[in-house]
Amino acid sequence: MRLDKTEISLGLIALACVLFGFVSPGWLIFLLTIALAKALVVQGVVMQMRSGLVSFGQGLFYCIGGYTVGMGGQFFGIHDAIAALSLGMFVAIVVAMLLGLLLTRYREIFFAMLSLAFSMILFGILVKSQELGSTDGFNVHDWTLFGWAPEAGAGSQHTVFTMTVVSGLIVAVLIHRYTKAGIGVICEAVRENEVRVEYLGLSPRWLLYGNYVAAAAVSALGGGLTALATGHVDPEMAYWTTSGEFVFIALLGGLGHVAAPFIAAIVFSFVRTYAIEFVPHTWQMILGFTLLAVIIFLPKGLWSLVSREKTGERA
Amino acid sequence: MTCILETRSLNKEFGAVIAAKDLNVQINKGEVVGVIGSNGAGKTTFINMVTGYLKPTRGEILFNGKSIMGHSPRAITRAGMARSFQVAQLFPEMTVIDNLIVALAAAESARPSFLSPLRSDARIARAEEILKEFGVENYRDSLVTAVPQGARKLVDIAMALIGNPQMLLLDEPTSGVSVDEKTDLMDTVMNAVRQHGVTVLFVEHDMDVVERYVSRVLAFYSGEIIADGEPAAVLADQQVRDLVTGHRPTTKQGNGAS
Ligand SMILES: Nc1ncnc2c1ncn2[C@@H]1O[C@H](COP(=O)(O)OP(=O)(O)OP(=O)(O)O)[C@@H](O)[C@H]1O
Ligand SMILES: [Mg+2]
Repeated sequence: MRLDKTEISLGLIALACVLFGFVSPGWLIFLLTIALAKALVVQGVVMQMRSGLVSFGQGLFYCIGGYTVGMGGQFFGIHDAIAALSLGMFVAIVVAMLLGLLLTRYREIFFAMLSLAFSMILFGILVKSQELGSTDGFNVHDWTLFGWAPEAGAGSQHTVFTMTVVSGLIVAVLIHRYTKAGIGVICEAVRENEVRVEYLGLSPRWLLYGNYVAAAAVSALGGGLTALATGHVDPEMAYWTTSGEFVFIALLGGLGHVAAPFIAAIVFSFVRTYAIEFVPHTWQMILGFTLLAVIIFLPKGLWSLVSREKTGERA
Repeated sequence: MTCILETRSLNKEFGAVIAAKDLNVQINKGEVVGVIGSNGAGKTTFINMVTGYLKPTRGEILFNGKSIMGHSPRAITRAGMARSFQVAQLFPEMTVIDNLIVALAAAESARPSFLSPLRSDARIARAEEILKEFGVENYRDSLVTAVPQGARKLVDIAMALIGNPQMLLLDEPTSGVSVDEKTDLMDTVMNAVRQHGVTVLFVEHDMDVVERYVSRVLAFYSGEIIADGEPAAVLADQQVRDLVTGHRPTTKQGNGAS
């Protein structure tokens, strides 16, 4: 497997993150873990945006990933983190394969609203499920990694952080290849001109379907990691504001590069954390202005700051 | 002579508008057929129906002797019938070469790869050959939106040919192109087509262009075919002169393309 420049850079940044994890304070580790896990969900949103579809219901797969990890540990004795995360992705894939059959018939606002509807249905079901703690959700069982049980608290937090960084790296490399591979480019082609894709003998619907299922798996991984990191899951994960946040972060980062959602999610988490701390009642407003500023000044997202500098150097 | 495309009493109504009325057409392998007709005569509707984009109200369409009624455009494309568009249908945010590379990948497989790069060396090399063949190599890395109309039309046709079709339907390949460039454009297209041994049907408003390339002309008027035969005979037909060409010899400039 030959690595290109982007992949090597991603690898080095991931390594730096892991090392940073050994010296950084616990609160920062936690903030970064959640941010990176969310970034994985956002990657799913971005994959679909590339194909021209905006999912306002990616919280569905975030929630499925989280709840599968939680339920696996509580009810089915699946305590191994990797097994639980994989199971979460598997369940998300199965659900996406079913919903995708319907969703890929729709475009634009209809797709957005329908994806939202499905996540709200899950929200409704979870709120009604007393066994799953209703609106309170439930705690995630202590977990192990290849038979080794990290000590509760700092130890397990550090382990989740490392797992999240490694997952993030693997996903980033795969998505980087995916966007340049046949399906990735042709999904963009679908966004640009569906009629032409059809007349090249391809099925736009099945391309969008494949993309939708792949995006669901990635987002579920983010949900599973969040569940491991916070030790708790609740129906809020499938609520529409959660999905809105993922779209927000996706727009913040832009579609320019596979690293953009990670950067955007970290920026988002810091802005929100500090806004809540210093101006508790206006943080939504601050996020609103941030998004407004990005849309007006950086319509291609934060990533354009990075790529603009690069073109500047070349000129 | 074997028939490649046949329609039997093909009808299409849009509400009260009859866009196709009992069209009975037989196109033989290797023919180059010109389709003429004034604006709104039903030429595009005919192409849209035989390529599966529009569902006929009634009738039957046979491609290589087999019915293709109700087949999707992609199934019909895969079966060997390709088309170009009155307004070039490209991927506007991609470069010219990327447009061709996407078409090459699509021709290779209906299931694009998940991880191996689309822009492989082999595809780039092949795309460059095609750029040369169509004389648009100067626009290799231009966005298609930044390319002149004629070149865009050529890229559109090149993409249709990449799938190695047996039959090619061209909807006004020279529309939007200046009169002097029309012949160059058609020469390029017809050279490429001859190399592929493709049966061609093309819609054209300019009778000089029609006469130069075709072996047969179909004249459409108000959803009907009012004449079908050798170019000289059709263009001399009184009805065609009255309803379609408008007594061409005196108005040599021809019709405005749209
Ligand atoms: N989707 C549609 N809905 C309603 N009417 C349509 C539709 N498409 C075509 N028509 C009508 O059908 C008739 C034939 O249209 P068509 O586009 O086939 O003409 P054409 O011969 O290609 O004309 P042009 O030279 O302008 O391209 C016209 O009256 C047109 O208004
Ligand atoms: Mg037309």
